[in-house]
Amino acid sequence: MFRPIADLAAGGELSFTFDGRPMRARAGDTVAAALLVNGITACRETPVSDTPRAPYCLMGVCFDCLVVIDGIGNRQGCLVPLAEGMRIETQHGRRHLAEVAE
Amino acid sequence: MTPIASIEQLAESYDLVVVGAGPAGLSAAARAAELGLSVLLADENPAPGGQIYRAVTTTPVRNRAILGEDYWRGADIVARFERSQAAYAPRCTVWSIGPDEAAPGSFELGLSLDGKARIIGARQVILATGAQERPFPIPGWTLPGVMTAGAAQIALKSAGAIPSGRTVIAGCGPLLYLLASQLAAAGCQIAAVLDTTPSGNWSKALGAIPDFLRSPYLAKGLKLMLTARRKLRFVSGVTSLTATGSGKLATVQFEQGGRTGTIACDTLLLHQGVIPSVNFSNAAGCAHDFDVEQHAWVPRVDAWFASTVPGIAIAGDGAGIGGAESAALRGEIAAFGAASRLGKLSEAERDRQAAPIRTELDKKLRGRRFLDLLYKPAPQFLAPPRDETIICRCEEVTAGQVRDAARRLGVTGPNQMKAFLRCGMGPCQGRLCGPTVVELIAETRGSTPAETGYYRLRPPIKPVTLAELAALPQTEASVKAVVR
Ligand SMILES: Cc1cc2nc3c(=O)[nH]c(=O)nc-3n(C[C@H](O)[C@@H](O)[C@H](O)COP(=O)(O)OP(=O)(O)OC[C@H]3O[C@@H](n4cnc5c(N)ncnc54)[C@H](O)[C@@H]3O)c2cc1C
Ligand code: FES
Repeated sequence: MFRPIADLAAGGELSFTFDGRPMRARAGDTVAAALLVNGITACRETPVSDTPRAPYCLMGVCFDCLVVIDGIGNRQGCLVPLAEGMRIETQHGRRHLAEVAE
Repeated sequence: MTPIASIEQLAESYDLVVVGAGPAGLSAAARAAELGLSVLLADENPAPGGQIYRAVTTTPVRNRAILGEDYWRGADIVARFERSQAAYAPRCTVWSIGPDEAAPGSFELGLSLDGKARIIGARQVILATGAQERPFPIPGWTLPGVMTAGAAQIALKSAGAIPSGRTVIAGCGPLLYLLASQLAAAGCQIAAVLDTTPSGNWSKALGAIPDFLRSPYLAKGLKLMLTARRKLRFVSGVTSLTATGSGKLATVQFEQGGRTGTIACDTLLLHQGVIPSVNFSNAAGCAHDFDVEQHAWVPRVDAWFASTVPGIAIAGDGAGIGGAESAALRGEIAAFGAASRLGKLSEAERDRQAAPIRTELDKKLRGRRFLDLLYKPAPQFLAPPRDETIICRCEEVTAGQVRDAARRLGVTGPNQMKAFLRCGMGPCQGRLCGPTVVELIAETRGSTPAETGYYRLRPPIKPVTLAELAALPQTEASVKAVVR
């Protein structure tokens, strides 16, 4: 979906996983940007109709970048800086009571 | 500047808390600190700059021509702030504001940083939370691949990333041309720019031309527009847009002068101007008015940008769209106001020091009216005509449902609409449906947005987790509040 431009300042790289798949992105990227440059087309499903969504505003306004980070849900990926070893997962639809009880 | 890395490092209270580190907040905080106030500047982003100067100190973009000189000028504003004595808390969301019962006239603010929340005190508050892009609901705008134009700009500035495939930019407003040229300069493959500026707007804006001719926008704006038009495929007079695809964007369809077109694309960037982000000022209880020329809700402020709630001022684009340079000047003026209310500066001294800044501000705002009138979005993009268009992205409420409730159930305002349809009750708290709901109700009932009113919002203005709340340090007052 997104790609780095040609002339980028050199910088470190971080490893993370998205739904278990290993990925890498530039240190300094937000979680949402890291997913976009890794070609992830959807990061959450809506609670009402389970429709896929992807980051829309990248500025904290729309909440379509919600993901689960290291087990904590409802994190705004566009505001969270990527960190080494993060486990990022798709946020699936509505939470069910069984999951909350787990 | 003292960086704050964890929530424990915050002081119990400050003379002034500034929310938002864009040009307005940075200038307000720097000036207030220079005037001897203890200042905290909190911003939910990881680096200072706000929208226009986003990531100006950290961006990986090396070729300065891509973002243009206006962008790099932000470095000076950040540098001045860094030289000041103010405290700076990045990655820190401010989610509530209320009166401090123990200290009348002061405030309690709720903040979260790194998954931990805290309540701190402030004698004065300046909200510099800026603007957001005006919602642009078209059929298919919830498909992955459809984004705001500002989102692409943020990805470029902060991550040095651009849309990878065929990209279409659609909408209107001065920023549209800027975004198109920045993305093109960065190597993005722009298949077309679909301009929705209504041609009838030109005649409405004519009267404002004399001021515009003397304004700083003219040369800049014309140059941008002409370069964008020369270099890119430009379609003017677009009257309808639809995004299609299954699971993700595949094409954008448009109508222009009675004919239709379809463009296959991977990314569609939507933009129809910016409006003040009012969630915080609204939840704080500040009065707002509907500004007919900017066609947006704007907080009511006085000459020092003080809101109707004593002690809370609103600076920058959050107090009405004026652009980056005027945002910085408004921040300064708001800081003078706060310092004088705190007794750090006599009124005479305040007026004297602020006078040259005011003159500068008047100059910067000259010509704004022309832009507001020319780029007022067409009615069909403010109130989507097709019933199936989703208008509340969170709760997936459609335009048809809102019209139906307004017509059949006689719902007169957005707050009542919430109760029937849950629009505005999702995590974005009405940020992306509020203006459209107002528009649809006004249209259906034959009233105006001003008569229709806006959502009445409550803190927390951003979701706070129970874990964060549970971890709040307990004060004597909070224990009493529960035990009593
Ligand atoms: C997406 C977008 C892109 C834009 N790009 C340009 C451009 O390229 N050129 C241009 O001239 N104008 C641009 N503008 C217009 C623009 O916003 C400016 O005129 C200028 O940035 C306004 O400055 P400001 O200080 O008022 O607010 P902003 O620069 O918007 O700064 C507001 C800050 O407040 C922070 N914030 C908001 N709410 C909270 C909260 N609850 N807690 C903590 N922090 C919070 C935000 O993170 C942000 O950093 C853009 C606007 C938008 C919405
Ligand atoms: S992408 Fe809109 S809130 Fe993150």
